[in-house]
Amino acid sequence: MAAAVATMMPNLGQQISSKNDMIPDWTSQEVSTGTTIMAVEYDGGVVIGADSRTTTGAYIANRVTDKLTPIHDRIFCCRSGSAADTQAIADVVTYQLGFHSIELDEPPLVETAANLFRASCYRYREELTAGILVAGWDRRKGGQVYCVPIGGMLVRQPVSVGGSGSTYIYGFMDSNYKPGLTKEQCLELTAAALSLAMERDGSSGGVVRLATISEDGVERRVILGNQLPKFSTH
Amino acid sequence: MDKRIWMKFSGKRSVCIVVLLREYVSSKTINKVIQVHDRIFCCMAGSLADAQAVTKAAKFHLSFHSVQMESPPLVIAAASVLKELCYKNKEELQAGFITAGWDMKKGPQVYVVALGGMLVRQPVTIGGSGSTFIYGYVDAKYKPSMTKEECLQFATNALALAMGRDNVSGGVANLVVITETGVEHVVVPGDKLPRFHDE
Repeated sequence: MAAAVATMMPNLGQQISSKNDMIPDWTSQEVSTGTTIMAVEYDGGVVIGADSRTTTGAYIANRVTDKLTPIHDRIFCCRSGSAADTQAIADVVTYQLGFHSIELDEPPLVETAANLFRASCYRYREELTAGILVAGWDRRKGGQVYCVPIGGMLVRQPVSVGGSGSTYIYGFMDSNYKPGLTKEQCLELTAAALSLAMERDGSSGGVVRLATISEDGVERRVILGNQLPKFSTH
Repeated sequence: MDKRIWMKFSGKRSVCIVVLLREYVSSKTINKVIQVHDRIFCCMAGSLADAQAVTKAAKFHLSFHSVQMESPPLVIAAASVLKELCYKNKEELQAGFITAGWDMKKGPQVYVVALGGMLVRQPVTIGGSGSTFIYGYVDAKYKPSMTKEECLQFATNALALAMGRDNVSGGVANLVVITETGVEHVVVPGDKLPRFHDE
């Protein structure tokens, strides 16, 4: 990632006074997936979505980020917060879950993956800034969405949003989500909600990445900026 | 803290709607909607002390102006008076306003005066602590040229959603409909607000 550029500069920036106009602020800022992420359960699977912007301060380090990270064949996580923290946690959990799955000799449960995330996030809660949605499909309970926000709580929800852009779409979500939506309706709802959040949140933007996880597998798609649903501009 | 929405919609009957919620910690509804003239209302946000002082001064200036001009003041005049006060005293004040009303020249209008003293006219605007939760809803659901009933429903829904998420907004929703012919107050108590699937 372009994080390499950001990490090379900071020492220089800190030696020179931070009021120096020649060095922009963002060279000494941590890389953050500001973000809007969302996950919705439907009968037979889950739909997950995220924006694609990674920022270091006011600079967009990566405008086509993939925040939907596979943890196992049918389990994904959506990452928000510090890019470094979430990548590190996801790597650890991928390893732990892979090992566990081999021991069990069967695909792991989504709840297990969620608990592994929660264990890391809670134990190191003082050092970490990570808000994660764990979503996937398993044979026992079908499609499931688990929310592991900053602090390390774990809760299962039929629909969940996260990241800095999520505050703007709580109202939209509350009014538009109903239990019993089909896969297509979930995809439309996710795309619409993410577009609205990206319009309002400076830390979210770029393209909308969607994925559907079900018994049949994982289906990924991208909605480019000019193809996003449009709303009345005022 | 509180929340308010202002909307205007066009048509022969030009109206604006104001809604506000009560403070969580107080036991009675605090009125944050001040009538500054017959057809102009002003909504306060931020430090209530600052906002009250500014609106009282604005009310005086406006009535004086109205007497001098021998005609009801324009909504933009009311908004400008607030803007002048906010901008000139921006170091000391922490208050934002939404001014809405009806006048003969431009019909229904909504103006927002932001914290530093910016004045902007918008067809619909929201403010306060609970407003962040309904930006998505307002962006998605607002259409220009709604009828009065649609507008009232839209405002009530948006408020109900914000109250459902913001811990310092709640209680009663006060709405005001301002038209050429007069002013109508609509009060919706908490238990009569629309419910959504998660409740």
